[in-house]
Amino acid sequence: MNTKSSTTRRDFLVKMGQGAALAATGGLIWSYLLNQQARATPFAIRPPGALADPDDFNARCIKCGQCVDACPYDTLKLATADAGIPIGTPYFIPREIPCYMCEDIPCLKACPTGAIDPALENIDDSRMGLAVIDIENCLSWQGLRCEICFRECPVQGKAISVEHHPRRISKHAMFVPLVHSSDCTGCGICEKACPTEEAAIRVVQPELVQGKIGDHYRLGWTVDTPITQEFEIRGKPDAGDRAPPTGLDYLNEGPL
Amino acid sequence: MNDKQQSVRLGPNGKPVRYFVMPDSLSGKLQVWRYLLLRRAVQLGLLLLFFGTVNWDWKIAEQPVLTGNLSSSELLGFLPLADPFAVLQIMLTRQIPQQEVLIGAAIILAAVALIGGRTWCAWVCPLNMVTDLAAWTRRRLGIKDVFILSRQIRYTVLALTLFLSALTGVAAFEWISPISMLHRELIYGIGAGWIAVIGVFLFDLFILRNGWCGHLCPLGAFYAVIGKVALLRIAFDTPTCTHCGECAKICPEPQVLNIKAASVAGMIASGECTNCGRCIAVCPEDTLKFDLRHHIQNQQVPNTTESQQRRAA
Repeated sequence: MNTKSSTTRRDFLVKMGQGAALAATGGLIWSYLLNQQARATPFAIRPPGALADPDDFNARCIKCGQCVDACPYDTLKLATADAGIPIGTPYFIPREIPCYMCEDIPCLKACPTGAIDPALENIDDSRMGLAVIDIENCLSWQGLRCEICFRECPVQGKAISVEHHPRRISKHAMFVPLVHSSDCTGCGICEKACPTEEAAIRVVQPELVQGKIGDHYRLGWTVDTPITQEFEIRGKPDAGDRAPPTGLDYLNEGPL
Repeated sequence: MNDKQQSVRLGPNGKPVRYFVMPDSLSGKLQVWRYLLLRRAVQLGLLLLFFGTVNWDWKIAEQPVLTGNLSSSELLGFLPLADPFAVLQIMLTRQIPQQEVLIGAAIILAAVALIGGRTWCAWVCPLNMVTDLAAWTRRRLGIKDVFILSRQIRYTVLALTLFLSALTGVAAFEWISPISMLHRELIYGIGAGWIAVIGVFLFDLFILRNGWCGHLCPLGAFYAVIGKVALLRIAFDTPTCTHCGECAKICPEPQVLNIKAASVAGMIASGECTNCGRCIAVCPEDTLKFDLRHHIQNQQVPNTTESQQRRAA
């Protein structure tokens, strides 16, 4: 009786141990896979309004493809297992088919989970990515009159402007496109339109290319910089009664 | 077959034990295959509806027929449907999804509770066709299991899914599910997901009988839990059963065909039953049939107590 109960107890403990070992091993491999997958390409170009934090988006997206169905231009795709993008999530490749920025944003309306944030009302406020120009390969930057990206841009004049730029070999100026992150939606129409063999303007995630000046810099000459310091005028400046310099002058005194 | 029939054996009800014989006539075969054919029609039909809506713009009254996929979809532009297990995982990542998908999940949850938890597995899941093919091939080739694994392990996988969803912040099963990979890639374009599907097929074929659906799949385990209260069940008519064992031979979850438990409950009570109807097709005595839970229980109450008393004595 005693031996029997101790065997069953031992059996039970062994079973528990086996179960725990299996669960722990399986869980480790599984969570490794999940981490690999979820961090596969945090910089995939997502549909307009997709939650900005990739972790939030990855957690919320149910991988149903209703945004893909809703897209009238077949821009969006669902990542297959080998796409190198978190599996089953929607993305697009601007050079193939860009986002044509529908005003009613059907992909956003189709999303059942809120992975594409319904708070986005104006498509111009979407930030799918940021266009960047490779000035070494941009035709305009070589002095040719291209400017196709500027003319194709749906937020024309705001997201891409054309500026003149001095040219080294002649007195004629170059007209070069510049992207402004304040207005670029990352739709990728410029990337699609770029006539170079490989697009010289392409959409990337801003985190990849954008720097940050730092809050402690005050650009006093810009209009929107607030004046944070009070300047007091101490008395009337008088040319005849100029106060002697009050700074220390010890370097000029005494022996060297 | 013939050898079996010649040996006259009596069942516990005193009747000679008969065995299942596949009828020669086509109509007889169709009769045997009726649930199988119906299941394939539902599985492929659903797949076709999803596929047609995305790829051929199928519409009824200006509305897309069935957008999305089994994770979450919308029927005719107004009725949201969603996989309650996927939504549960998302909520465990501490994200509160939008109302639409919650309503969809509630609808499917209610439907599943009505028609029987794992009915989903046998009638909707596209991977079921793959694992059924593996099981069929395996029967044909007579392949033996490489090892034995407890069928309870699926509940561990289920618990692990929920735990890992909370831990890693992504819906743990949705990210590796071969079901989703197969379904998604059939509808939205083929990628490397078929490797996972082939993996499941080979595992089921060479390593473990019903290895994926019957042992590992946490979605099946989730529906099995719901199936415990589900309405549509397989009724078991105890007096006619001769214990021939044909049902258990064909059943992908043979542990649910516990004759003792079935005669007590008057039905296959286990949530692990997938309502595939194979047992109904092969039963030579018509002991088994589809019925509703409350209906069965009302009918069988006197029988149940009697048999329980007999067993207790």
